[in-house]
Amino acid sequence: MAKLILSMDGLMLKEIPLTKERMTIGRKPQNDIQIDNLAISGEHAAIVTILNDSFLEDLGSTNGTCVNGQQVSKHFLQNGDVIELGKYRLKYVNEVPQQAASADFEKTMVLRPGDMLKKAADQGAPKTVDTQVGVKDMLAPTPAPVAPPPAPAPAVTAAAPADAALPLAAIQVLTGANTGKELVLTKTLTTLGKPGVQVAVIARRPHGYFITHVEGAQFPVVNGKPLDAQAHQLSDHDVIELAGVKMEFFVKS
Amino acid sequence: MDLSQALEVATRSDPGMVRTNNEDSVLADPVHGVVILADGMGGYNAGEVASGMATALLGTELSRAIEVADGVASLDMADLRDLLNDEITRANGAIHQASVSHPQYSGMGTTLVTGVFHDNRMSVAHIGDSRMYRLRGEEFSQVTRDHSFLQEQIDAGIISREDARHAQNKNLVTRALGVDARVEVEIHDYEVEPGDIYLLCSDGLNDMVDDDEISMTLQALGANLELCAMQLVQMANDNGGRDNVSVILVKIRKPFPSPRGWFSRILGRAGIK
Repeated sequence: MAKLILSMDGLMLKEIPLTKERMTIGRKPQNDIQIDNLAISGEHAAIVTILNDSFLEDLGSTNGTCVNGQQVSKHFLQNGDVIELGKYRLKYVNEVPQQAASADFEKTMVLRPGDMLKKAADQGAPKTVDTQVGVKDMLAPTPAPVAPPPAPAPAVTAAAPADAALPLAAIQVLTGANTGKELVLTKTLTTLGKPGVQVAVIARRPHGYFITHVEGAQFPVVNGKPLDAQAHQLSDHDVIELAGVKMEFFVKS
Repeated sequence: MDLSQALEVATRSDPGMVRTNNEDSVLADPVHGVVILADGMGGYNAGEVASGMATALLGTELSRAIEVADGVASLDMADLRDLLNDEITRANGAIHQASVSHPQYSGMGTTLVTGVFHDNRMSVAHIGDSRMYRLRGEEFSQVTRDHSFLQEQIDAGIISREDARHAQNKNLVTRALGVDARVEVEIHDYEVEPGDIYLLCSDGLNDMVDDDEISMTLQALGANLELCAMQLVQMANDNGGRDNVSVILVKIRKPFPSPRGWFSRILGRAGIK
């Protein structure tokens, strides 16, 4: 369950679990989280928690709400975010167990109307065997994954480290009008040739560069040998012939 | 009317890099202009059963109904919408019935996205978070809008599109086929142009590969649909392949107007279809 850690001048004051769907922060006593300080508005901000996600909303406070040094009106809280209210700091901590997070990550589940609050309430309650009332049937028969799931990472960043390990490569034209021209293969896909006549594509993958025939009666020729329909992994200094033009593939150091 | 000359279709379905079973199911019938993709959910093999039932039932019924209708007169878009709604409702009943009567299928369900190409138009029905995209010229757009908790949060302005990438509630769908006795189907129809490429996919693709990369792949490899489908699956797997990945690609080669003879016109005018 997510929580907030309240501190001032580096001194930890208390831990506040986000147990309610909506928790308000302010100077007045009716707030769920009361901070009695003049820099804080009577009703300063609210945190709405839905399942595992929490959202911070400024309620039109006089001095505003900052997260990680930036003024926000509405903010989707990420683990480790620091909410600043005057001299006070509220650190948002939401450590999802890695194993569970990645195992559940792709499991599509149905959320029926009315389930949401129930589910949110369940998450707040101490864990017992038969929580998850609404979606129990979906979850119960799911066997625990046997193989350890790979390190969880969002799709966007997942590609980056793999790419970083791959050295940059380029194509240099050896014949024809564009002789000497260099094309660096930075994109996932680079197409070569003339559309409608002959086209090949070079795919940049985590473990190398692969050339594949796309269209045209002629197939590309690599080091004097024509390709078949399969992808062909390129090696440093391979010579590619395509639509009458020769070019060299090379790895940039 | 045989549409297989007007529509070029490629399909691919892959378990991905983590899962051992494939709960996705795809079906393409270019002759009748029907494409269907379903992403099943439920324990053990129930997900496969649900998605398999959805594609098989719908595929058979839609193709048959179109075959019958073509023999008499052209279907108009309203007919097609009714047909889709009826057949999807029927498939929903069958899947729900199976899940209620067999304990091992309890709670199973499936997403669905289906396109029916007819008379230079396309009817799209969807339930859940399986998507359809369109590439027209250089413009890449999402045709369907997910029935998911995350999409609802985006619509309500609670969460921005950028933040949505990092949300943990990505996999909650608000509608699915077979989980209840009733189902609400979303159906729209669109004008189709020669050169258009339509992509139907399960979330195993769009969760692992950015829209920009998908768009680029369609533009680069649109001339070779089979290779394009393979490349999309490969990209999802290269990025981790944490879910089953399925794609259906449809390229419009030429216009496909329904033949309108005097006979069908008269029947149409008389309201006999």
